[in-house]
Amino acid sequence: MTRTVVGAHYGMRDWLAQRLTAVVMAVYSLVLAVALMRGEPIAYPVWRDLFAQGWMRVATLVFAVSLVWHAWVGARDILMDYVKPDGLRLALQVLTLLLLATYMAWTIQVLWR
Amino acid sequence: MSSAAAKKLRPKYLNLRALLFEIRLPLPGWISILHRVSGALLVFPFAAWLLYMLDHSLASEQSFQAVSAYLDLPLVKAGVLLFVWAYCHHLCAGVRFLLLDLNRGIELVPARRSSLAVLVVSLALTAFFGARLW
Repeated sequence: MTRTVVGAHYGMRDWLAQRLTAVVMAVYSLVLAVALMRGEPIAYPVWRDLFAQGWMRVATLVFAVSLVWHAWVGARDILMDYVKPDGLRLALQVLTLLLLATYMAWTIQVLWR
Repeated sequence: MSSAAAKKLRPKYLNLRALLFEIRLPLPGWISILHRVSGALLVFPFAAWLLYMLDHSLASEQSFQAVSAYLDLPLVKAGVLLFVWAYCHHLCAGVRFLLLDLNRGIELVPARRSSLAVLVVSLALTAFFGARLW
């Protein structure tokens, strides 16, 4: 069996995921921005009740998952382009993954406290 | 071959001076590199900072008030404004890249025009949110 080390489709899933997660985040951002910018400054009870809603928690979780996935693809692209030493690049990629995993855990903690 | 072309030194190596003063990036190139810069800033530190503020704003009435007071500090507002620009630029440039992926506006003239639009719209949005902030 021959193994091709270069060719088509290798980055296809990442490429597509980055774009789909971008659309998810854009929709969430626009809806939230319009909802929050309409009236006067938000009081604490309104803010608390908004994030107590099940749909808001799920929507925010979906946003957070989209963000870490999108950020991983983007950060990996940047590291692959600019950081040439393999060891340093691997270390930075691991740090990025740890950071994103921390964000994810923190988000869940904030939403379901 | 013309004499002007023959005089050019080849190969040409990149250095800081070349990057800063000799290579003139066209506007779509600026939009692209700013998309990267803004994306990196949004991942870190802005995502951590916003998550920190969201955490405290939801914890209790007192910590919500503390976050409100914190957001009134001029330096914090400047930070929020930088975040808003990074977000708006990344969003607008991202929409442009999605349209380019769909083969919309890939000719030279529309591509340059849309990159100018990205720059102007994201700065206008930043100004709008900045005005709301102050």
